[in-house]
Amino acid sequence: MQRIREFAIEKALFLCALVSILTTLGIVLVLIFETLSFFEEVPILDFLTGTTWAPTYRPQHFGVLPLINGTLMIAVGAAVIAIPLGIASAIYLSEYASAKVRQTVKPVLEILAGIPTVVYGYFAISFITPLLREIVPDANIFNAASASIVVGIMILPMVSSLSEDAMRSVPRALREGAYALGSTKFEVSTKIVVPAALSGILASFILAISRALGETMAVTLAAGATPKMTLDFFESIQTMTAYIVQGSMGDTPHGSIEYKTIFAVGMVLFVMTLVMNIASMWIKERYREVYS
Amino acid sequence: MRYIKGKVFESLCLAATVIALLLLAMLLWDAWDKGAGWLSIKFLDSFPSRFPEQAGIKSALWGSIWLMLLTALIAIPLGVGAAIYLEEYAGRNKFTKIIEINISNLAGVPSIVYGILGLALFVRGMALGRSVLAGALTMALLILPIIIISSQEAIRAVPSSIREASYALGATKWQTIKHHVLPAALPGILTGNILALSRAMGEAAPLIMIGALTFIAFTPESPFDPFTALPIQIFNWASRPKVEFQYLAAAGILVLLGLLIAMNAAAIIIRNKYQRYIKW
Repeated sequence: MQRIREFAIEKALFLCALVSILTTLGIVLVLIFETLSFFEEVPILDFLTGTTWAPTYRPQHFGVLPLINGTLMIAVGAAVIAIPLGIASAIYLSEYASAKVRQTVKPVLEILAGIPTVVYGYFAISFITPLLREIVPDANIFNAASASIVVGIMILPMVSSLSEDAMRSVPRALREGAYALGSTKFEVSTKIVVPAALSGILASFILAISRALGETMAVTLAAGATPKMTLDFFESIQTMTAYIVQGSMGDTPHGSIEYKTIFAVGMVLFVMTLVMNIASMWIKERYREVYS
Repeated sequence: MRYIKGKVFESLCLAATVIALLLLAMLLWDAWDKGAGWLSIKFLDSFPSRFPEQAGIKSALWGSIWLMLLTALIAIPLGVGAAIYLEEYAGRNKFTKIIEINISNLAGVPSIVYGILGLALFVRGMALGRSVLAGALTMALLILPIIIISSQEAIRAVPSSIREASYALGATKWQTIKHHVLPAALPGILTGNILALSRAMGEAAPLIMIGALTFIAFTPESPFDPFTALPIQIFNWASRPKVEFQYLAAAGILVLLGLLIAMNAAAIIIRNKYQRYIKW
């Protein structure tokens, strides 16, 4: 009886784990199916190398590069803000702060991670954009800078919290060994703790950046809906995610070319985040330090 | 010299932490400043309207509550179950590795892609339409990787000596997990689950994809009813140019944040309470 129960429990738990595989299969199949039918109407090269994205105007253009450009601008802008702040606060919390400060500050920072993305979008248009336009009067009312800043704030706790977890899991003995050899706290932090926790820290960066790539609501509200090839952060742009939202909100008939663009753009976004995740996994494997 | 360098470094790290906290304070203050005046019982108990003075979040609030309950019911058993399987049962073979790689890839898949999946699979494929259930299934798939990964970490943090002691006393695998591993990992699992659910609570993009951005002036009565949710209503208001709607968006944000802070506070209290007793 007990043996049967043990067996049944193991199989049931196995099925739970299998759901994740089915999810991936579902995503991949749905995207491939609709994207292939999109490529029957639009040549794949025109899609990947075209520099004009105008699916709703005549003549229609389906060059995805402006959307990729917009997405990368947001990701780079957000990373510039989140990574230095995130890693520094992680080191502070892990190495310098007293247990009491850490127990108070860390949950408060995690609230930042729990704040919905639509709230960041609201914050961008109601607070950051007016502030930016005080400093840079030519800035468009919808601009990449404002969206980048809020996306950076949004992914900051991801960097700080996950990096801090990684640093704290470095065994005390390693730190004490370094102190015994006469190291200062600065040296212990930068030469012992950070290298030992590197796999976790890098994983947190990549996770945060890929979150920025896929960020939707804040960029839809704040960055605008003007797909263009630019590097000017004060112009209105459009990201892939914002296009997908725009495309799904109108009355695009099922099966039309406009409907299929949602899936084709979704495919590009999916592949980009997938490549980043595979890179992150490779880094994590390569630099992983194991302590027993 | 080394001493000064250390001090400078410490100050920089402290400054970064303070900046992060200040950003949070600014964000909250901004929403409070603009939205607090619009908060009232009437706001909670009115349906959306094109007249800002009469508009409220009743349908969005109830929609969100329905959505969260269904999502939790679907996602938590599946996620914790998968985590237990991966940490305690699965052999270190190729198949396990594929599942784990797959899960961390899923965690990096943007939420809007889950919306595309939900649109194709649940709304059209399973013909659930624009229902709460379709939304909850989409949300459950979205937060599943977060739940699995955080639960796995919590389970992994339980030292193997605990398991070995239990086995040595003749306990079976499931008895060991149920009576020793899970209780010890519970604070971590709960924290992860609550954080995952609060992510789902605030998520708007997948819901927009499955078509929840419509005018809804009723509350759902079954899982098959159409619905709207708090973040959708906030997005709707925030994207309108008229300034009164911006204030309504801020008021909606205060309600949403209030709910989220309550959830997070619960998670923190649980975590800190248990951490006091469990120390390895």
